[in-house]
Amino acid sequence: MRSGLYMLPVLVFGVLALFFLKGLGLNPREIPSVLIDRPVPEMTLAPLPGRGDSRGLDTADLKGRVSVVNIYGSWCIACVQEHPYLVEIKKSGTVPIMGIDWRDDPVMGYAWLKKHGDPYERVGVDPPPGRTAVDFGVTGAPESFIVDKAGIIRYKHIGPITPDIWTRTLLPIIRELEKK
Amino acid sequence: MRYSLLASLVLVLAVTSPALAVNPDEMLKDPAQEARARELGKDLRCLVCQNQSIDDSDADLAKDLRIIVRERISAGDTDQQVKTFVVDRYGDYVLLKPPFKASTLVLWLGPFALFGGAVALFARFYRRRKAGAGLPAPAPLSPEEQRRLDSLLKESRQ
Repeated sequence: MRSGLYMLPVLVFGVLALFFLKGLGLNPREIPSVLIDRPVPEMTLAPLPGRGDSRGLDTADLKGRVSVVNIYGSWCIACVQEHPYLVEIKKSGTVPIMGIDWRDDPVMGYAWLKKHGDPYERVGVDPPPGRTAVDFGVTGAPESFIVDKAGIIRYKHIGPITPDIWTRTLLPIIRELEKK
Repeated sequence: MRYSLLASLVLVLAVTSPALAVNPDEMLKDPAQEARARELGKDLRCLVCQNQSIDDSDADLAKDLRIIVRERISAGDTDQQVKTFVVDRYGDYVLLKPPFKASTLVLWLGPFALFGGAVALFARFYRRRKAGAGLPAPAPLSPEEQRRLDSLLKESRQ
């Protein structure tokens, strides 16, 4: 027993404590997406009535340039938080943002955009049971996907986009993808 | 009196049986298919509540997934195909029972390895103790002590 074996429980505790400590800082909502590096799902979404679009959002709209797909809904409270910043991004002309009005009454979805501003180039409606959202592996709103020129999903952000997250994480990825 | 008590008990139990998350309008007409959908729903995690299955959960996303699972079944998918469909979109995390594969070896075999290790440690410890090893060897008696011991032994013999 002089082999230092008596230290084993302390050691085991130390290792476990480190794991638990790390776990405290993790967000259980952030489930790693399996769709990264896979093509965007096939979709043909209806337009938002009142917005004056002849069509909504198709898979083809996400090819040829880097774009961001943003899942929102008029019922979504966290969307109100990120929305002004999305409108700012639209003004800056950095990257086209496509909206998916998820699990929503399209009339409400449009009224919400009129009230909070419309940052989207195209908007598609995904009524319940949200087949397109499920194809995207969406777990809640807002969620945003960065899609590259070939229409491959490269990044998923869960939760509101803040200026900090945009400049530190999302924008560098978009810039990198635009170079390719 | 006794019967009315019993009747009221039955009534209370009937009324307080757990509510179903599955709405009647979601159900499939074919009872066998519906039963399969229920079983599948119990294995799939609700991504919103995370510790409930989609069969248990009242969350909107769970309802959507229940409907989509039923659509796949109606379209003729096997149970495995339905699971693959959901896992392709949400990853292994959506399965309440993690699959047994290379990346989950530690998860599945870790407890057995720990238990085996503990048994081995105890076995070693007890074998050593039985053999008397591990205990410090007693120091040899000094000549003075030896003389005392001899005299004591002699005394007791008399």
